[in-house]
Amino acid sequence: MRARTFWRHIKESFKSIKRNGWMTFAAVSAVAVTLLLVGSFIAILMNVNKLATDVEEDVSVRVYIDLAAEEEDQEALQQNLEELDEVEHVVFSSRHDELSKVIGRYGDEFGLFEGDDNPLYDVFIVNTEAPEVTSDVADQVEDMNYVADANYGGATADRLFEVMATVRNVGAVIIVALIFTAVFLIANTIRITIFSRRTEIEIMKLVGATNWFIRWPFLIEGALIGFIGALIPVSIISYIYLSGFDTIMTYLSGTYFALLAPNPFLVQLVALLLTIGVVIGSVGSSLSIRKFLKV
Amino acid sequence: MIEMTNVYKKYPNGITAINGLDVRIDQGEFVYVVGPSGAGKSTFIKMIYREEVPTKGNVKVGEFDLLKLKAKKVPFLRRHVGVVYQDFKLLPRLTVYENVAYAMQVVGKNPKQIQKRVLEVLDLVGLKHKVRMFPNELSGGEQQRVAIARAITNMPRVLIADEPTGNLDPETAWGIMDLLEEINNQGTTVIMATHNSDIVNRVRHRVLAVENGRIARDQEEGVYGYES
Repeated sequence: MRARTFWRHIKESFKSIKRNGWMTFAAVSAVAVTLLLVGSFIAILMNVNKLATDVEEDVSVRVYIDLAAEEEDQEALQQNLEELDEVEHVVFSSRHDELSKVIGRYGDEFGLFEGDDNPLYDVFIVNTEAPEVTSDVADQVEDMNYVADANYGGATADRLFEVMATVRNVGAVIIVALIFTAVFLIANTIRITIFSRRTEIEIMKLVGATNWFIRWPFLIEGALIGFIGALIPVSIISYIYLSGFDTIMTYLSGTYFALLAPNPFLVQLVALLLTIGVVIGSVGSSLSIRKFLKV
Repeated sequence: MIEMTNVYKKYPNGITAINGLDVRIDQGEFVYVVGPSGAGKSTFIKMIYREEVPTKGNVKVGEFDLLKLKAKKVPFLRRHVGVVYQDFKLLPRLTVYENVAYAMQVVGKNPKQIQKRVLEVLDLVGLKHKVRMFPNELSGGEQQRVAIARAITNMPRVLIADEPTGNLDPETAWGIMDLLEEINNQGTTVIMATHNSDIVNRVRHRVLAVENGRIARDQEEGVYGYES
């Protein structure tokens, strides 16, 4: 294709977008609404998924240290724990710390147990690399010296892992289904706008235009409509996500939970929406005009 | 030169529109195609620029053999055959100027050449002052003249006019006729399907009468020959 012809096609598609005012408006809003839905759902589901993962990772093994353990024994135990492959990190929490937590959670009555009356153990809180190996780690730890007991929430944690797996799978299915819906809806809108212009395509063909000469402006026009249509949901979602992110993160501060950071998550989401818009817009329009080119 | 030998056209619905037609039209001729409605006039004309493909037979337009012509090459045939339609077939969202220019952009002419030639042909059809208007802002006669300007802008060897005066009042029709004469005088073959007996009888040219899918009468300086 000559450079001259290429520029002509670009100019032509902009002109067409302007002159087809209402059709352009209809197509752009259809793309915008669809992608707004898809984008919001993806943002919500991915964050639910992230929180689910955080919950799982918050499950840790509590290793109660035998009362008979001396300081060296305790240090040796910590070393043993840290040497385990699946262990990410080990935090020591003294019986005093533990009691403070209980008081913080259940009330001052437990203050009675402070000092020598404290019935609690010193504890190592062991976080594992992956949530699935928590029970294995707990089993291994139980056999170590100076361990009074090791537990990880047992059945409750196992149940939690199951629920989270389901949440994750359902989320993935919904996201895939939504993307398919978006593709279908956008392609269909483009098809309708082009159908209204089939006589134009026929005339172009009768005047001696080759298929590609007709196709290029339509393809570029489709891409532009997809792009403009995607810009609207992209800006809405970005604005809401960025402001929502700050608000929610202040609530979550000090916990182990966090939303997906705007960079890279929001950036990827924006790229995905723009790509869907542009690709479906251009491919959709060039496929839709195909059958009208047979003149 | 256009040559059809033993041409048949049967539509999928079973109607045989062209039934063993032979004709030869030389470069530079002016030919009227007449005949009752449904006799095959339109099909005959459409086969010249390959809107319809014959079921059987031979159609040659210049160096193009239309039965062997691949779909991809059809646009190149159409650049040598200008067509003026009864319903004008102008692009509704393009201005008068752009409609004519489109036919030249298709060929890949440069913008300077295009501008010069488009204004030239619009001047010829007397519409130079309406270049920026859209088709729906023009009268029928004016739209038909834009269509003619578009058909001749690439200097085709053949100009086909399918009932170009069908939708126009008599006075406007004569204006169109003068234009076609002028184009013919420049050496372009003009083939005009028409129901206008007045024109055919007063401006004498070769007449091809199509009936039952054949050439029933081929007459130099002929007359219309039907009740109108």
